[in-house]
Amino acid sequence: MRMSRFNIVSLVFGIAFLYLPILIVMIYSFNASKLVTVWGGFSTQWYRGLLANKPLMDATFVSLRVALASALGATIIGTMAALALRRHRRFVGRGLFAFMLFVPLVLPEIMTGLSLLLLFVALDWDRGFWTITLAHMAFTTSFVALIVDARLADLDPSYEEAARDLGASPLSAFMRVTLPMILPAIAAGCLLAFTLSLDDLVIASFTSGPGATTLPMRLYGQMRLGVTPEINAASTVLIVSVTLIVIVIAWLTRRHRQA
Amino acid sequence: MKIRPVILIPFLWLALFFLVPLTIVVRLAFSESAQARPPYRPAFAWAEGWPVWLEKAKSLSLGNFEAMLEETLYIDALLSSAGLAANGTALVLLIAYPLAYAIARAPRDRRVLLLTLVVVPFWTSFLIRIYAWIALLKPEGLINYALKSFGLIDAPLPLFGNHLAIVIGIAYSYLPFMVLPLYATLEKLDWSLEEAARDLGATRLRAFWRVTFPQTLRGLIVGILLVFVPALGEFIIPDLLGGSDTLMIGKVMWSEFFGNRDWPMAAALAMLLLCLLAIPLVILRMLEDRRETA
Repeated sequence: MRMSRFNIVSLVFGIAFLYLPILIVMIYSFNASKLVTVWGGFSTQWYRGLLANKPLMDATFVSLRVALASALGATIIGTMAALALRRHRRFVGRGLFAFMLFVPLVLPEIMTGLSLLLLFVALDWDRGFWTITLAHMAFTTSFVALIVDARLADLDPSYEEAARDLGASPLSAFMRVTLPMILPAIAAGCLLAFTLSLDDLVIASFTSGPGATTLPMRLYGQMRLGVTPEINAASTVLIVSVTLIVIVIAWLTRRHRQA
Repeated sequence: MKIRPVILIPFLWLALFFLVPLTIVVRLAFSESAQARPPYRPAFAWAEGWPVWLEKAKSLSLGNFEAMLEETLYIDALLSSAGLAANGTALVLLIAYPLAYAIARAPRDRRVLLLTLVVVPFWTSFLIRIYAWIALLKPEGLINYALKSFGLIDAPLPLFGNHLAIVIGIAYSYLPFMVLPLYATLEKLDWSLEEAARDLGATRLRAFWRVTFPQTLRGLIVGILLVFVPALGEFIIPDLLGGSDTLMIGKVMWSEFFGNRDWPMAAALAMLLLCLLAIPLVILRMLEDRRETA
């Protein structure tokens, strides 16, 4: 089937609209000139500048630590929640359970951030690294549960039943049959939680305290002052890392669909 | 019945980090602000118990909600948010419909690739995608620079720090939300209907408008809701791309919270936003139900 000229124009325009702005940021991160519009030759000086920028590097480490800790926690609780929903058709408060698990997916970030901050204030916890981590765990758990739940939904229960018939204990049947089969989905959920945490500005702004500034918070503060090649460089690093993680997620979820 | 940890642990977690915070917001929305730390006087204290709460419920502070109606700031912010979100949605539609249509008419083996191309930018940081437009739209930015060097304009066009910039920002950020539902309906269409209309003498445009377009209304509605609703509560886009005088409800809420430290007002605004969000979700649900019964 040949595509009409109009369709080709729509495609090219749409894709260009999506990619050109990001590509320009990436290209100008290698600009030797400090000016946005003037191309002063190729240079990697802004990337070297990133390494020397201590506040930015500190914020990066805070972000990575928060993302790692919250992704691990969210993976454990999210997987348990998905298992609870799929395995147990009837328990007291199952409707409430499903509601609490899936509403956060559509809740505006500003609402999640505000409500979690108020919780930490009510509990009188010092705000900082741990409150950001807990807040990120709270909102990414639902995403992990969504992915693991989808995998559990098209899992054939007869495998585990066969293992039980052959004398495996419930725990051993789960650990040796079901878990290996849902592991790609769990890994994908974990990576998704990691990227979501790495990317979040709003929830972190609400729940952080003095001394705990994440990378998006630091970048946001600088962006409000204007465009600099250094932010371009930091953005490029972030874009490339997140794209790599997304490719891995796609690969993991694709493999389980074929299996 | 045996208590299962696999249910109990996530249950308690969700109760503590979803249900309890949400009730605190509701409680706060009915409280008065105070010069203290934390800066509010709670409407209900946990220790009082139900009888006292019921008594207090009669004398609840509706001040925050009354202020919302009386002070034009909040109504203006809401109207202006709705206007900007509507314009943004219109621009998204203008770009997304032809794009989704073209993908649906592309050779079958190319469609997944094209769709992936649309979704991938959505994964890169939201903040960076907005930032990219600052560099493009500023008076000394690339678009003005290019137009000037081609001799098309003498003075830079006002593209940045105004409503236009916000509308572009919304369109750019939410494009996939419109493309995906539209593609989902277009992909299932029976194209022979459009061909039949063409064979019977309709022009290409007329065949599309009378035959294909009406069949995609469901995807269109879903897309519009998915774009309009989050755009309504947007905070980062107006803050980075709009001028300092931009009124949007998300921005007002942010400044009530961080600037004025009027936490109860911020909570009341958050509740309002949540109620506005619930409406389209109910509409979506009704559409789903209608499809199931149809």
